[in-house]
Amino acid sequence: MKICVLVKEVPDAAVQKRIDPSTMRLDRSGEKNLNPFDTHALEAAMQIKEGGAIPVEEVVAVTMGPDSAVRALHKAVALGADRSVQLTDDALAGSDVCATGYSLAKVLESESPDLVLLGQQSDDGECYTIGAVVADHLQMPSLTQVIKIDVTDGKLRCERQAEYGYDTVEIELPAVISVGDAINEPRYPSLKAIMGAKKKPLDNKGAGDVGIDAGQVGEAGSKTKVLALNPPPAKEAGEIIEDEDTNETVEKIVAWLDERKLI
Amino acid sequence: MAGILVYALHDDEGNFNKNSLGAISEAAKLAGQIGGEATALVVGDVADDAAAGLGKYGAAKVYRAKNVPEGLAQPIVDAMAKVIGDNGISYALFGGGLLGFEIGAGLTARLGAGVTMEVTAVKVQDGKLVAERPILQDSEIADVGYVSEPGIIIGRLNAFDINETGGTAAVEDVEVELSPWSTKATMVQRGEQRGADVNIEDADILVGGGRGLGAAEGFKLAEELAESMGGAVAATRAVVDAGWYPYAAQIGQTGKTVAPKLYLAAGISGAIQHKVGMQNSENILAINKDPNAPIFEFSDLGVVGDLHKIVPKLTEAIKAKKGG
Ligand SMILES: Cc1cc2nc3c(=O)[nH]c(=O)nc-3n(C[C@H](O)[C@H](O)[C@H](O)COP(=O)(O)OP(=O)(O)OC[C@H]3O[C@@H](n4cnc5c(N)ncnc54)[C@H](O)[C@@H]3O)c2cc1C
Ligand SMILES: Cc1cc2nc3c(=O)[nH]c(=O)nc-3n(C[C@H](O)[C@H](O)[C@H](O)COP(=O)(O)OP(=O)(O)OC[C@H]3O[C@@H](n4cnc5c(N)ncnc54)[C@H](O)[C@@H]3O)c2cc1C
Repeated sequence: MKICVLVKEVPDAAVQKRIDPSTMRLDRSGEKNLNPFDTHALEAAMQIKEGGAIPVEEVVAVTMGPDSAVRALHKAVALGADRSVQLTDDALAGSDVCATGYSLAKVLESESPDLVLLGQQSDDGECYTIGAVVADHLQMPSLTQVIKIDVTDGKLRCERQAEYGYDTVEIELPAVISVGDAINEPRYPSLKAIMGAKKKPLDNKGAGDVGIDAGQVGEAGSKTKVLALNPPPAKEAGEIIEDEDTNETVEKIVAWLDERKLI
Repeated sequence: MAGILVYALHDDEGNFNKNSLGAISEAAKLAGQIGGEATALVVGDVADDAAAGLGKYGAAKVYRAKNVPEGLAQPIVDAMAKVIGDNGISYALFGGGLLGFEIGAGLTARLGAGVTMEVTAVKVQDGKLVAERPILQDSEIADVGYVSEPGIIIGRLNAFDINETGGTAAVEDVEVELSPWSTKATMVQRGEQRGADVNIEDADILVGGGRGLGAAEGFKLAEELAESMGGAVAATRAVVDAGWYPYAAQIGQTGKTVAPKLYLAAGISGAIQHKVGMQNSENILAINKDPNAPIFEFSDLGVVGDLHKIVPKLTEAIKAKKGG
């Protein structure tokens, strides 16, 4: 079977993220990285491939993003993907979840995957929703926040935590699964894999190449609009103690608890 | 009709989810302001009086799709899409949790509808709904509007208060044709409780343990500290998923909501999904070695340091104080 893994380029964890008030979009000028949650999806793909319960011919990393996003694809390939696909088009800039999910479904359609894996959330937008949007467009069953996948008899047996505890769900392929970060411990890429990543095939596609209706994407085709940005309600800053001398720190904590009649 | 449809989730015993009830009350309030009514959708074998009882929270009508199973999102997308289409409904509103994210997202694709999530408040501007959506670790709140209808609003856990206004809702059965792909996922087991059945909801003092405890054995530190103060131990999803601690002790979006006199977080980063379950605690004390951990943004006392050094000494000091 063929597994497509959706990966996204996001601002590096060390960058203080901010919205550019002139465009109401995220300022993406700083250091960038592969969305850390997507490394779990790549690892899940590799474990299915290496597990042998079902033959996997190919793992393909897929992204939608500007030119710079090619680096996220190189990382994905270094982590095990066989090749990658980048959907880039000026028409896509500023897409909301509705437009992004539609566009990703279109590029995935051109690959006809048996399984689509993605991360539980992106580190920047934190929308948690792309998986279910893509699944409905592709008319495939789906589940999010999955922390265990077993392949048996060509079906997936998935576990995840929902409102009332853990659910076990059996899913037929083809399917779209977003994985939770507890599913695995992603491997580190080998130096050789990092060096070789740029040599693996990378397809570049525009919106028209995969049949995207330009009217449904980008800022103009999006169905939500940011009207204003406001600071959160002001909250009194808490007291901070740096632990230098632990005996002293503990004394301060006990005094604080005592003052509030908590002990 | 500018109506608002709420999905009312229930467990296997038929109890409706509190977040769904809050969403119905919120929808009733908003519907009045945009000149429509609040309706709810229930799926599965819900009794007449249970369905009609949602009127108490403000639902004018309850649609019941008996042939649609509860617990998985896609069949419910089919049901909601039908009810929204047949009745010209303008917005779908979900209380916080997990299933609402999946159903809302599915509807976004099916109806070409805009979606907002983690919404903490909804207001009316020019007769339309505008969602207040916290972004970037709650550092800013975006007011998000919809350029077309329907619009999908997915609430944050505990965002909407339950308001009992009384009343009985009319119940209308709807026959839903399931999409072929909606029947390709089947629930094998729902709501499994992993680990011991611990009680954390009645405790005045909770010591919350996170991944910073390092291993399942690390919870011994949290238990000893809790014991010294006469409290109980709570946990994050990360450690519950890892099998370090029972699910019954989990705080947050897919766990419990608590508001003890003291919440002492040890080795917890303070992710939004955890915060929503404990932010109303009277006093929050956090011990974390990372000075940039988000938990310090909403702690009353933050201690930057290694919990393995601090917690054992703190336990001893509290014991000594109590003994003396
Ligand atoms: C701060 C902020 C807030 C936003 N709020 C909203 C909002 O309320 N409503 C709305 O409609 N839009 C919103 N957006 C826009 C939205 O984030 C983008 O449309 C985004 O591309 C999809 O959302 P996500 O990345 O947060 O998705 P998530 O659902 O969090 O991502 C889950 C997974 O989907 C995959 N994925 C996501 N994007 C891509 C991609 N471009 N290429 C490949 N794989 C991908 C990754 O595997 C990722 O792990 C917001 C953006 C920002 C920066
Ligand atoms: C749909 C959804 C639902 C979710 N539901 C929940 C939920 O109900 N409850 C929940 O808790 N989470 C939930 N989560 C997960 C949540 O996003 C976080 O991943 C989780 O809360 C993190 O747990 P943690 O703080 O234990 O781990 P981490 O985020 O890994 O944090 C560990 C912290 O420990 C600190 N640390 C490490 N070593 C030490 C040391 N020696 N001394 C002091 N500090 C140390 C680190 O600095 C770090 O800040 C949900 C996520 C999603 C997407």
